Amino acid sequence: LMMETAEEALSHQRELAVRSAKAYLLKSSTETGLNLYDHLARVLSRVLSERPENAADVFQELSGEAKRAALRQRQGSLRDDPPPPAALQLAQEQRALFQRGGGDEPEHEEELVETPLPNVGELAFFLEQAGVGLGREEMQRVFLALKQLVDTQPLQRCRFWGRMLGTEGSYLVAEGEYREGEEEEEEEGVEEGEEEQREGESREEEDDAEGQEEIDPLPKSTYKPPPVVPKEENRTGANKFSYFVCSEPGRPWVRLPPVTPAQITAARRIRKFFTGRLDAPVVSYPPFPGNEANYLRAQIARISAGTQVSPLGFYQFGEEEGEEEEEAARESFEENPDFEGIPVPELASSLSTWVHHTQHILPQGRCVWVNLAQKREEDFEEEGEEEEKEEEPDEPEPEVGPPLLTPLSEDAEISNTPPWSSKVSSSLISQYAIAVLRSNLWPGAYAFATGKKFENIYIGWGLKFVGDGYTPPVPAAPQREYPSGPEVTEATDPSLEEEQALKAALEEQRAAQEETEEMEGEEEEEEDD
Amino acid sequence: MDSNTLYYSLDLVSGSGLVLSVEQKAALQTSLVILKGNYRFERVLFWGKILGIKNDYFIAQGVTQDRMRGKKTLYSLNCMDWHLLPPATDTMITEISVVKGRFMGDPSYEYEHIETKKLGEGDEAVEEEITVKVKEEKRLAATISIIDKEVSVVPRGAFIKTPHGHVTSNRSFEGLSVTEAGKISNYFHFSEPVNLKKKSLLEKADLDPSIDFLDSIEEDIPKGSWSLQFEKVFQYKQMIFASV
Repeated sequence: LMMETAEEALSHQRELAVRSAKAYLLKSSTETGLNLYDHLARVLSRVLSERPENAADVFQELSGEAKRAALRQRQGSLRDDPPPPAALQLAQEQRALFQRGGGDEPEHEEELVETPLPNVGELAFFLEQAGVGLGREEMQRVFLALKQLVDTQPLQRCRFWGRMLGTEGSYLVAEGEYREGEEEEEEEGVEEGEEEQREGESREEEDDAEGQEEIDPLPKSTYKPPPVVPKEENRTGANKFSYFVCSEPGRPWVRLPPVTPAQITAARRIRKFFTGRLDAPVVSYPPFPGNEANYLRAQIARISAGTQVSPLGFYQFGEEEGEEEEEAARESFEENPDFEGIPVPELASSLSTWVHHTQHILPQGRCVWVNLAQKREEDFEEEGEEEEKEEEPDEPEPEVGPPLLTPLSEDAEISNTPPWSSKVSSSLISQYAIAVLRSNLWPGAYAFATGKKFENIYIGWGLKFVGDGYTPPVPAAPQREYPSGPEVTEATDPSLEEEQALKAALEEQRAAQEETEEMEGEEEEEEDD
Repeated sequence: MDSNTLYYSLDLVSGSGLVLSVEQKAALQTSLVILKGNYRFERVLFWGKILGIKNDYFIAQGVTQDRMRGKKTLYSLNCMDWHLLPPATDTMITEISVVKGRFMGDPSYEYEHIETKKLGEGDEAVEEEITVKVKEEKRLAATISIIDKEVSVVPRGAFIKTPHGHVTSNRSFEGLSVTEAGKISNYFHFSEPVNLKKKSLLEKADLDPSIDFLDSIEEDIPKGSWSLQFEKVFQYKQMIFASV
């Protein structure tokens, strides 16, 4: 009996201990209001339901997470609605790409054969083998965006040129050629704008002149700006094609302004990343004439001229140009209907099987050289100053670049780097491999060819390879202020003796003057009589 | 990127224009598994490729439990046969600093560099020309270690430092939220911290020692050397090495 009561007391004691322990665990924290009992129950039930591996190792993380989750719930009601994410906005903009145009499409089926829309899907397929591309889905979106461009602009030819990367965003670039006579309207608008600008400038000058005429006239500057190299007409030289850019597929395409020779020569001397905003200023030394849209267009022209290549024989010169014009650089070519295609191993091993099909840009910034001296002479003749004509410097040497369709084997090296690397896309299945060409001068420029198909693409930062690091040009020497002569040089102060001597001399002079004046006065008086 | 997720993670970085061909991807998925088994790596990471004039190098790294230490770098020219690179030492890094220009794509290629050294002192100094030869394999190892040191970045919280000093991946890291991912201060250099030790106690007060044990890329000089852009999925880009 004694034993039983003792056991009872023991179990009673144990129960008490358990109860007090549970009461302790249930005591909620004075700071957060949590209690350990509920917390452990929550964590353990999660462990049991999720059964993570090595549960002992991750226990503290689970525990921390459970606490954080409790805090998150409490904050929820205080937060503002987050703004719609950029991804949602872009998705809404891209929605239009995936919608079929109006219901009249089936009627145009005949036209579809001659559509200027390039087959970007096929392009992406070959490019992927070459190790270039934007990813399959992105290429499909580019495809759709190009379709949108072709539907809205009267283009005769269209091509996916590539992608220019930038610090805040990038540009997709499409190359297009308008149908004959379709682009004039926009052109005139631009020129008018320029003229207005010029008029505005001259007006300002006039205002300045009027205001200052009465007072002391300012000295006129004798500086004559060097003659401006005229822009190349649309459809010729560096302005052969029009370029359209957009930041993301689905956003509106923007047409880039035509490039001027001054922009090309300035772009050659600077190195600058794109920002991704077309209206961003280009802050550089030497100064660049224009904003980022002009800089982008200039770089596109340079990259196109340097890296657009095709297999030898794909293009040929038109026959009607004849022998007479041989001296002048030929500007146009046509597709060779008899082109059979060059075997891939040959394309990959020899650079002489590839030719440039975009005109070289001369140092002047144009593809066709223009004689500026001649132009100046004409001006003089109009003014009737024929004598000066003889004093003109010698006729400048015309700048000559390699003609169109020059093989790549003639390209120059830059700091011991061969300008092109070529390879076969696959060494395992060489029967169906394609030839891939990579430019080392313009990192990011690729070309591929297989059979009768070839294409060029550029995906990069828009910077040329320069070998050693780029050194910005030194600012020009400061202009000399004025010749230093006696009137501006500081003289030593005269001594007392010198001063007195000068005073005496001045007095003598004055006395002599007065005498002569008196004499003159007398004479006048005599005349009056 | 981890060899196990290679088949989809490569797509996420294709915005810069470089992709792998299907053949290369398929080859990597085979050879990296063999590599992992042969070297007994915990994980194998595909590091990227370095373009050469004749050939391209494909680079993979094998890591052990500690993600920061004991990294081994391997290269391959055909995505199939992997060769171990020697660990980069400081002398190697100074040696290769004279080599400029493109990689050739041939590990046994030797760059020649003429260095003028002055022998003797004062008037008796004689200039001597010494030809320094640097093997491309060495240059490759040193260049990879420089790139790792300067531009390997991870989002904040992806790795934690255990009390024993090991760096392991954080099991409960679920990625940054969109707003957090847009902040450049949430990206860390995944290399031995330099600036962190110089920080004052006041600056360190808010840091979580198990998460904030790395340098943030926000403090990099020059300012603007990183640009953060959102793509389909976010991606971080680096400006300095873009022109290499």
